[in-house]
Amino acid sequence: MAQKLRTRKHKVVLARSRGGDAGITFILVILGIFMFIPMYYVIIQSLKPLDELWMFPPRFYVSKPTFKNFKDLFTLMSGNLVPFSRYIFNTVFTSVAGTVGHLFFASLAAYAMAKIKFPGRKGMFKLVQTSLMFHKTVTAITCFILMSAMQIIDTYWAIIIPAWGSTLGLYLMKQFMESSVTDAVLESSRLDGASELRTFWTIAMPMVKPAWLTLIIYSFQDLWNAGASIYIHSEQLKSLNYAIQQITAGGIKRAGASAAATVVMMLVPISVFVISQSNIIETMGSSGMKD
Amino acid sequence: MSKTAEKKAVSRSEMTKAQWTWKEIKRNKVAYLMVAPYMLVFTLFTVLPVVLSIVISFTDFNMLQMPNIVWLDNYVRLFLDDDIFLIAAKNTFIFAAIVGPASYIMSLMVAWFINELSPKIRAIVTLIFYAPSIAGQVYLVWGTLFSGDAYGWANAVLLELGIITEEIQFFQDADWVMPLCIVVAIWTSLGTSFLSFIAGLQGIDKAQFEAGAVDGIRNRWQELWYITLPNMKPQLMFGAVMSITNSFGFGAVVTALCGFPSVDYAAHTIVHHLEDYGSQRFEIGYSSTIAVVLFVVMVGANALIKKLLSKVGGS
Repeated sequence: MAQKLRTRKHKVVLARSRGGDAGITFILVILGIFMFIPMYYVIIQSLKPLDELWMFPPRFYVSKPTFKNFKDLFTLMSGNLVPFSRYIFNTVFTSVAGTVGHLFFASLAAYAMAKIKFPGRKGMFKLVQTSLMFHKTVTAITCFILMSAMQIIDTYWAIIIPAWGSTLGLYLMKQFMESSVTDAVLESSRLDGASELRTFWTIAMPMVKPAWLTLIIYSFQDLWNAGASIYIHSEQLKSLNYAIQQITAGGIKRAGASAAATVVMMLVPISVFVISQSNIIETMGSSGMKD
Repeated sequence: MSKTAEKKAVSRSEMTKAQWTWKEIKRNKVAYLMVAPYMLVFTLFTVLPVVLSIVISFTDFNMLQMPNIVWLDNYVRLFLDDDIFLIAAKNTFIFAAIVGPASYIMSLMVAWFINELSPKIRAIVTLIFYAPSIAGQVYLVWGTLFSGDAYGWANAVLLELGIITEEIQFFQDADWVMPLCIVVAIWTSLGTSFLSFIAGLQGIDKAQFEAGAVDGIRNRWQELWYITLPNMKPQLMFGAVMSITNSFGFGAVVTALCGFPSVDYAAHTIVHHLEDYGSQRFEIGYSSTIAVVLFVVMVGANALIKKLLSKVGGS
């Protein structure tokens, strides 16, 4: 190539124009503002005292921040028919039971599909992959019929069991195992006489920790954010998210408390993501679909 | 070669495919035991419901009486006799055609823009863009940002600037409902595919870019098309599936912001139509028909996009 290559410290410098950098930064800032404004708004609202909430024109900042809205939220919570601790228990219990079962079953199946060559594994995985292509709402009503036949409607099981079989988790786990667990390690463990189950548990699972974490987070987020469900009618079995929605549905009197509720609910999944971001990104590295 | 070995080899080649498969199945019993619990739950709550929906869609099942087989009556009614469904279908396609590509391109572009930033800044930007998709009910704030009174920021700003003289009832106005819902949908849509793109970009071998620069790649756009995208094709595929599925299944946000049904059915989608007949009117047969149609549309759109994506990078 005759053209001059710009070099810095003897390394090839990639073609990057100043204008391009500026344009990209500009677009990124605009989009970032668009993404951030609603988040900023809800945080600001949750910290505003009553007189600032209903000020015209509305202010884009707080002058006297207060935690009164959060206190009001807890007062409103304790005024409920069902004790609020019950809703918290419901959500925590279903989230944990659903997530633990999902992690265990999906990893077990993912290991077999990725690392044991048995007839039918490709077909099974194809089926799971296809199910990523349609949304859960398509099957909600027939699920309801099946669950009534199994008599698990209006029990915790109606939330927990389907979570065990959720598809994204298995998909990510299988792809990750395929790319980061080498056959040689497994083979040497098998030659030592270890059973498949033992090989799975002592060799493969410790190697895929980032995928565990990703699975846990996806499953937990789904269950944590679950609101009203058509599978649950009893008030004492409903989720925390549902209860909070009831509070926020109380109209303009509760604008402050409702903003506080949103902040409380969103803090949990966001902090979980912040802690585990690098692991999730690592897992996503193998998320690609090959055909 | 000894006689026994010869015999063995012959019998091995004489074994039919079915016999061989059966032997393999027996040899791998433990693998089937390992997939069994997951596949059982998956079959019960994902595969069986789809099959059952198809079967029920040919009946007039309503949870009360014994169902009768009505063959294609439900499908005929859906496409010829149900004006609301046609509105819902139109809205769904507008929705998917805007939200799907917009969210996909935005995920890809943002992931690409931030790829060369330092890890700390990249983590922060990732959080800003990803947070709305995981923060639960936080999209409800759009309802207050665009609330119908002058306390909503949108109305307040427009009033201050003198663009309007009277508050706009954003979520009660048939002209505003759809565009606003699209904006909110895009806002919440930078989810799994976004993370997948970030990871895909990080995974590309840097040496390839340098080799590209030596080979005469002139600017970052050429680099994107000739090196970056072809290298992350599997992620592009996966991201497309996630974006399409989400853009067709988008319903809860509309219900939460606009009520059900939305004003003049202005943001009524197939998902709403399905919920209406399924969990409110209990016309299970008819709602299954809607579900089957939606299922076919989603899977069809995915198949189509996969074909298109296989052309990326000119290979």
